[in-house]
Amino acid sequence: MADNKGVMAYCEVADGKLAAIGAELLGGGRKLADDLGEELVAVLVGSGVSGLVQEAIALGAEKVYVVDDELLKEYQADSYVAAMEKVAMQAMPRIIMLGQTNVGRDLAPRLAFRLGTAASLDCLELAIDADSKALLQTKPVYGGNAYAVFTTEYYPQVVTARVKSMQPLERDDSRKGEVINVDAGLDASAIRTRVVEKVVEEVEGIKLEDASIIVSGGRGIGGADGFKQLEELAKILKAAVGASRPPCDNAWVPAGLQVGLTGKIVSPDLYIAIAISGSSQHMSGCSGSKNIVAINKDPEANIVKQARFAVIGDWKKIIPAFTEKIKELMAG
Amino acid sequence: MNMIVCVKQVIDPEAPPATFKIDTSTNQVVPPAGMSPVIDPYGEYAVEAALKIKDAVGGKITAISLGTNQLRDVVKKPLSMGADELVLLEDEAYDGGDSFSTAFALAAVIKKIGEYDLILCGREASDWNAGQVGSGIAEILGLPSITLVKKIDVADGKARIERLTSDGYEVIEVSLPAVVTVSNEIGEPRYPTIKGIMGAKKKDPTVWTPADVGLDPAQIGAAGRKTKMLKLFQPAHEGQVEIIEGESPEESAANLASKLREAKIF
Ligand SMILES: Cc1cc2nc3c(=O)[nH]c(=O)nc-3n(C[C@H](O)[C@H](O)[C@H](O)COP(=O)(O)OP(=O)(O)OC[C@H]3O[C@@H](n4cnc5c(N)ncnc54)[C@H](O)[C@@H]3O)c2cc1C
Ligand SMILES: Nc1ncnc2c1ncn2[C@@H]1O[C@H](COP(=O)(O)O)[C@@H](O)[C@H]1O
Repeated sequence: MADNKGVMAYCEVADGKLAAIGAELLGGGRKLADDLGEELVAVLVGSGVSGLVQEAIALGAEKVYVVDDELLKEYQADSYVAAMEKVAMQAMPRIIMLGQTNVGRDLAPRLAFRLGTAASLDCLELAIDADSKALLQTKPVYGGNAYAVFTTEYYPQVVTARVKSMQPLERDDSRKGEVINVDAGLDASAIRTRVVEKVVEEVEGIKLEDASIIVSGGRGIGGADGFKQLEELAKILKAAVGASRPPCDNAWVPAGLQVGLTGKIVSPDLYIAIAISGSSQHMSGCSGSKNIVAINKDPEANIVKQARFAVIGDWKKIIPAFTEKIKELMAG
Repeated sequence: MNMIVCVKQVIDPEAPPATFKIDTSTNQVVPPAGMSPVIDPYGEYAVEAALKIKDAVGGKITAISLGTNQLRDVVKKPLSMGADELVLLEDEAYDGGDSFSTAFALAAVIKKIGEYDLILCGREASDWNAGQVGSGIAEILGLPSITLVKKIDVADGKARIERLTSDGYEVIEVSLPAVVTVSNEIGEPRYPTIKGIMGAKKKDPTVWTPADVGLDPAQIGAAGRKTKMLKLFQPAHEGQVEIIEGESPEESAANLASKLREAKIF
């Protein structure tokens, strides 16, 4: 087991392109590999993914393992775990990093258990312990009320890193690297699931992940009508609309607008939290914002304590006046 | 349909963040005074998912909970919601486990129960937010798994499942038996009825020790962990809030806008 060497970054492919998380993992992984004095390798799994090898190398990988198979056209745990198991057994890495995406959070634990260990999901920080060379895995627990640092003596150490928690390297197309093709030897009959349909729920306006301003509403908004007012404000500010969980659960807004531990993780310049109490699970998703503004009738609400600016009062009175003033300031 | 649902007793995650405390000498969370523990919310969504299937096609639901000091009123909630049986894994040997040793013990119990078409877990428990036990059970039992589930329809030995993606969902067909991990999009868990609560009161849970399940104490609880926790700490909350005042709510609102403009925040 102690023979395991190197850092492996699983680079997700989405719509034929390397997903942004892959570059982030290679950036963070580069640092871990350098601290260990070991190599950084990338893994590409899918169908028709060989063309992405150069990009993974330009982003820092010294070697790229490629599993290219028609049966891997769509992500499914059965086939992807089998492919990654093959790669892991051949490469024997010390660390396997994946992203905390809807693929990574599905694949990482199954892969870890397949390899006889457990994973740490949603790590915010990864570092090498100088003495033991163990991977120190810092992740939120208790909904973000606390952080825990985990490690393990079982290899490979499987982790997922939160999106945007690591910096990609500058792309350098002069970097050279080696390609290793792995035949996963997949058998269609061993894939017990079948994707029959993919449904995309379009969100109007600016996407949460891309927005530099977010106007977010909570349970206190009271209904879909209330969110219309937030949409109006968002339009003027060129902001995206977000929400805490209750508005999503109540279908006042689409589920994809949920910000938080189990929703989207956002880090805009300005996060305006309206009638949101600021539960630890919600703050997990927005505490990386540069500025939080709270609008809440309860001065004791947790969101108020964590905000830079707050107005205490009924949002129904505050938001129309705020929107008017913003319009005025932007015109002037 | 034989369904098994895994639930766990946790500190109430809806407790105000200000009441959250850690005992740094033991690296443990101190339960907030005067607040009862609850069933972990995603476990409860898993119970709801199983009940929806039972409503549609009938079947039997067995809930399993592993832990110590499990309050009967708390862990019987799946029964009062409509589950049929409750198995408790209660023994010091189960204590202090991680996702690995917990999944290992739960898988052994599920094997002992023997009859199952669907195993349901929450997407992640609210205490350690590990998000692994369901996937782990699937690996140990050699079953397919589908995570982040928002809808389940079963027919003819197969399930048609909606799984959340970042921009919508995908529809997946899977042969049974299978493991699913349930998300809140499945719909609010139902309230227990008076009849359900009375029925649950009368029902004694089955309690199994490691020996009952044929488990070696070295493989479970703290002894069976694959991960080690080195440190547990509370993040510092930076920053001082500035409360923006005014003669009226409208004026405070305008002052806020001016303030944000001055600070060049928009
Ligand atoms: C494992 C787990 C994961 C979770 N993941 C998430 C997640 O990803 N995202 C998430 O958001 N939640 C998540 N939750 C749920 C979370 O615990 C809270 O229940 C939720 O965030 C509360 O949403 P809220 O602040 O909108 O509602 P509440 O806590 O009910 O707060 C409503 C707020 O609105 C204020 N208010 C009411 N009326 C008005 C008014 N007229 N004017 C001004 N203010 C008003 C109130 O003072 C209050 O502060 C999760 C829970 C668990 C257990
Ligand atoms: N001790 C336990 N007893 C029963 N079920 C559990 C236990 N721990 C975890 N689970 C199940 O696994 C899900 C995910 O937990 P975790 O992987 O710990 O985040 C929970 O929502 C439960 O359904």
